[in-house]
Amino acid sequence: MTGNFRLPSGGRIDRNRPLGFTFNGRLYRGFAGDSLASALLANGVTLVGRSFKYHRPRGIFASGAEEPNALVQLETGAHTVPNAKATQVELYEGLVARSQNCWPTVEHDFGQVADLCAKILPAGFYYKTFMWPSSFWMKYEYFIRRAAGLGRAPESPDPDRYDKMHVHCDVLVAGGGPAGLAAALAASRSGARVILADEQGEFGGSLLGRRDVIDDLPGAEWAARMAAEIAENPEVRVLRRATVFGYYDHNFLGIVERKTDHLGPNGGQGMVRERLWKVRAKQVVLATGSIERPLVFADNDRPGVMLADAARSYANRFGTRPGSRAVVFTNNDGAYGAAIDLADAGIPIAAIVDLRADVQGPLPTKARERGIEVLAGHAIAATLGSKRVQAVEVMLLNPEGDKVHGTPRRIECDLVAVSGGWSPTVHLFSQSGGKLRYCDQRLCFVPERSKQVERSAGACNGSFGLADCLDEGYAAGAAAAVAVGFEAPPRAFSADQPGETAPRALWVVPGKAPVGHSKAKHFVDLANDVTAADVRLAAREGYRSVEHTKRYTTLGMGPDQGKTSNVAGLAILAESLGKPIPEVGTTTFRPPYTPVTYGALAGSDVGDLSDVDRTTPIHDWHVMAAAEFEPVGQWLRARHYPKAGEDMEAAVQRECKAVRQSLGIMDASTLGKIELRGPDAVKLLNMVYTNAWDNLAVGRSRYGLMLGEDGMVFDDGVTTRLGENHYYMTTTTGGAAQVFGWIEEWLQCEWLDWRVWATSVTEQWATIALAGPRARDLMHELCKDIDLSPAAFPHMAMRSGRVAGLPARVFRVSFSGELGFEVSVPSSSGLALWIACMMAGAKYGIAPYGTEALHVLRAEKGFIIVGQEADGTATPIDLGMDWIVGKKKPDFLGKRSLARSDMVRRDRKQLVGLLTKDPNIVLPEGAQIVDRILPKPPMKMVGHVTSSYWSGALGRSIALALVSGGHKRHGQTVQLPLEDRVVEAVIGSPVFYDPEGKRLHA
Amino acid sequence: MPEGYLRQSPLASLGLAARAATAADAAGVTMGERERVMLVNLRGDGVDRGFLDRVRQALEVDLPAEPNTAAEGTRHRVLWLGPNEWLVVAGEGEQLAAALDAALAGLHVSVTDISDARAVIALSGAQARDVLAKGCPLDLHPRSFGPMRCAQSRLAKVAVLIDQRDDAPSYDLYVLRSQARYLWRWLDDAAREYAVRIIRP
Repeated sequence: MTGNFRLPSGGRIDRNRPLGFTFNGRLYRGFAGDSLASALLANGVTLVGRSFKYHRPRGIFASGAEEPNALVQLETGAHTVPNAKATQVELYEGLVARSQNCWPTVEHDFGQVADLCAKILPAGFYYKTFMWPSSFWMKYEYFIRRAAGLGRAPESPDPDRYDKMHVHCDVLVAGGGPAGLAAALAASRSGARVILADEQGEFGGSLLGRRDVIDDLPGAEWAARMAAEIAENPEVRVLRRATVFGYYDHNFLGIVERKTDHLGPNGGQGMVRERLWKVRAKQVVLATGSIERPLVFADNDRPGVMLADAARSYANRFGTRPGSRAVVFTNNDGAYGAAIDLADAGIPIAAIVDLRADVQGPLPTKARERGIEVLAGHAIAATLGSKRVQAVEVMLLNPEGDKVHGTPRRIECDLVAVSGGWSPTVHLFSQSGGKLRYCDQRLCFVPERSKQVERSAGACNGSFGLADCLDEGYAAGAAAAVAVGFEAPPRAFSADQPGETAPRALWVVPGKAPVGHSKAKHFVDLANDVTAADVRLAAREGYRSVEHTKRYTTLGMGPDQGKTSNVAGLAILAESLGKPIPEVGTTTFRPPYTPVTYGALAGSDVGDLSDVDRTTPIHDWHVMAAAEFEPVGQWLRARHYPKAGEDMEAAVQRECKAVRQSLGIMDASTLGKIELRGPDAVKLLNMVYTNAWDNLAVGRSRYGLMLGEDGMVFDDGVTTRLGENHYYMTTTTGGAAQVFGWIEEWLQCEWLDWRVWATSVTEQWATIALAGPRARDLMHELCKDIDLSPAAFPHMAMRSGRVAGLPARVFRVSFSGELGFEVSVPSSSGLALWIACMMAGAKYGIAPYGTEALHVLRAEKGFIIVGQEADGTATPIDLGMDWIVGKKKPDFLGKRSLARSDMVRRDRKQLVGLLTKDPNIVLPEGAQIVDRILPKPPMKMVGHVTSSYWSGALGRSIALALVSGGHKRHGQTVQLPLEDRVVEAVIGSPVFYDPEGKRLHA
Repeated sequence: MPEGYLRQSPLASLGLAARAATAADAAGVTMGERERVMLVNLRGDGVDRGFLDRVRQALEVDLPAEPNTAAEGTRHRVLWLGPNEWLVVAGEGEQLAAALDAALAGLHVSVTDISDARAVIALSGAQARDVLAKGCPLDLHPRSFGPMRCAQSRLAKVAVLIDQRDDAPSYDLYVLRSQARYLWRWLDDAAREYAVRIIRP
């Protein structure tokens, strides 16, 4: 059924700006200022989706964030948004939306057979049915997910831009309705730094949909003026389309601002689509309003059943007729206001059905004066119609409220405007840690005790009257400003606030048959198809906790997070358990209040900004040399330099060969470097390293192992004595920050009286390693002021001088086992040094080598790599490095742990070399080692391979491994069961190449 | 120091000088690399009068004692990094580290040249504060942060030292050399919506 349901005049839409849009493939027209929901209603589209579980026809139910039914798939392709609430989508030209959860169409949905099978789909159906056999869950799940699917996620990369903004303020006001505007007005006039945020495109909140008058102005106009006045203050930030979605510790709140969604997929033209505001507020005013609740009655889900205030809003704000003839069903006075507004908009009110026997307040009186029939003490016992409600059946309600009686009276209508009272939007308050109290008079949870520095004002505080909202809001804003040292001038508002009489608590409206005993369903949660019968069943089956019941029935777990259903759900549970509502309590409110896109959370941290890539001063050369890079921590290091036609294996072998036979050059700038200065520097070294440092001469270097307090190796490196009280420590690339932090922690927290300063100089120095038999020849050419002879400049020594004319620190160290020099120059000159070495080294066939070749070279020498051999569970003794543990040292970090009984176990995994019997097999790293092969796993594993390479120098494969009791197992054969075969290998020494170290000392 | 032409600033490969705007057209944000700045990390006992006096004699400026503040002398700017740590900033040509080391000889101090360890990015303009707010959790509003204030914090995914130079506002951002390209990329992206112009500071 479609047609023109637009009122002839009125509303906050711009009738001069018609907009075309497509819903389920059909073209419609709306106006600027419409929501997708209002535009659909104006076109008479009432069936918008199918329900989650039973695939029942569903229509637009609400007008805001609480919408449980009208979820649509917005747009297509990369721009598609699943589960968009039609009530929150602002209409734009060319909008494309589809119904979800239906196939092939929303009108003819195959899935509605589920509704016919409802008897076998009770609460907990999945838990009960798909538990057996357990291995089949995966298969069931596939079909369940498909059957119960909501929207579809986009399948291509997000083309939009997002970012984040940190902001601090004195007062954050969440919500721009009457209370929020009043609060922001007070706070902003004080001069405080204020943020006012509202989820809608226009300020005013409830004022936009009602016909209130404030200070003699129509409410919406008053709101616009206030928003403008607030925005004039220089220290105020006013955010529209901005949802305060999360309230975290220490008054930290998250706001997501949708900057371009209302313009359509390409309307933003490169602008940031969504911005995530991270707010630190000294004071918070919550003015989040309230959400109307439906009543739970028989078949209360038919399209055409709508919240009363939403119906009123469609008429007043959007100039739309949500129906042609309405029945209003209520337990409170507020819905009478809605009825009057609908009647004034030209929608006949067939009757107001009120659960209360005695209806007297000013609003009901006004409605009666209009000639609207009020059926007090009645209930809607049934709704008729399938894809749209066609009529209701009204019956007398008994005083206890548990039965209807008398002759059903059929009332034709296509709109049932329903109100079960209001629930303060306490989500943010509750997220902040505040405690709620159940109010028996107002039938809702209201804030009781704050945990953080916030104030709730207006409807979210349970004060539903307009005058109360304004007064409370202004007072809260002023108090917040005063609390941070500002003054707010007093201000009064004049607004009409009719008195209201008490609502009636009747959580399940009886139908013609007992609840759950006929085809009629009393829906509590429309989004997840949870009925009153489901909640009662959960109670009967023993669920006592509201949290468990929620999970068992899925109550409140839909995309709307139970905004319209939670209170009724837990009230029904309380009733079933025979407990008062406060005793049952609410479920936990968690952020986000409404869904937040991943795009907003990721911000600009995507693509080449997704992580930091640290580059060395020589990086550009590696790029030009077509190096392959690998990340080491956040550093990008050249892994190898393939020449044309070379794969990695070939490149690595060539690079290794150059180092072993002539000359290799490597960028070692990423090594961590720390300067230690002060008389207690040696004391510090003695504590952080396992070996002794007292007798290291100036100009000499020493290798050291660092242990954690657990006795496990966590870093290694070479430290050099530069001067009397001056040391230069190097660390692994990945461990640099950790080591520096470790040293600072001990100096700042434990050894406060030690006179030693540590300064990180990792980035001050570019370091180039020259390795190979011709390294000295090259150094001779580049360096004239250092005596490079082996006697004058031995292995593990350091000299200062000029290399290629650059001021340099030259170290004789080697991680390759060859004659080696490491030359450090100030980083700005690193590239110049590299180029000088490459040019002068050409005659020696100098080859740049990457980390992969380095790994091969060091493995041939049996040198460990922290993170590979030392994986956090290896002690120096495990690694066969007991020679570096100072037995006579009184103490060092980790020493005590080395004496624990577990550390001296003989069967600890120990570092060994491993040679495959077939020298051509290169074992995979991580391969498990067993002594005895069994037909199938499990087999007792005695160790694993930590490093494994093809060694060109040895013409065979080599591997390092950690093997239980390995030190005493040299010569023994072990088995390595791989995926496709079993490999035999022999345990031996981890040093494969030049065990005497002749080349190193050359 | 090696010949100038052999030296490469951390952002040299971006060719910023060539991209620098010549016209003084209006831009919300200007960005540029401050090259060839001498930086010395100084550690010493912040309550030792003898140490403070000798630093004053050497630098002709008092070390800032107030956390997160800067002090400006005739030739140097000094930034507070910690109760016993400062960053001394000078123009090129100063033999700053050597001179300071000599002036403080005999004291338990640490004078470390870190001129090559940092990149300095100058960020200025009416919307410079908004650019920083996109990645820095500190409150840089004029009521809580202004000229002669400095702070070490996080910007995007890296650690930075922020030094506010004037209330344009202009900031000098000190970042590890290896992270400078990332940070430049990030700033360039964050400033895009404000009309960004590259300058030679």
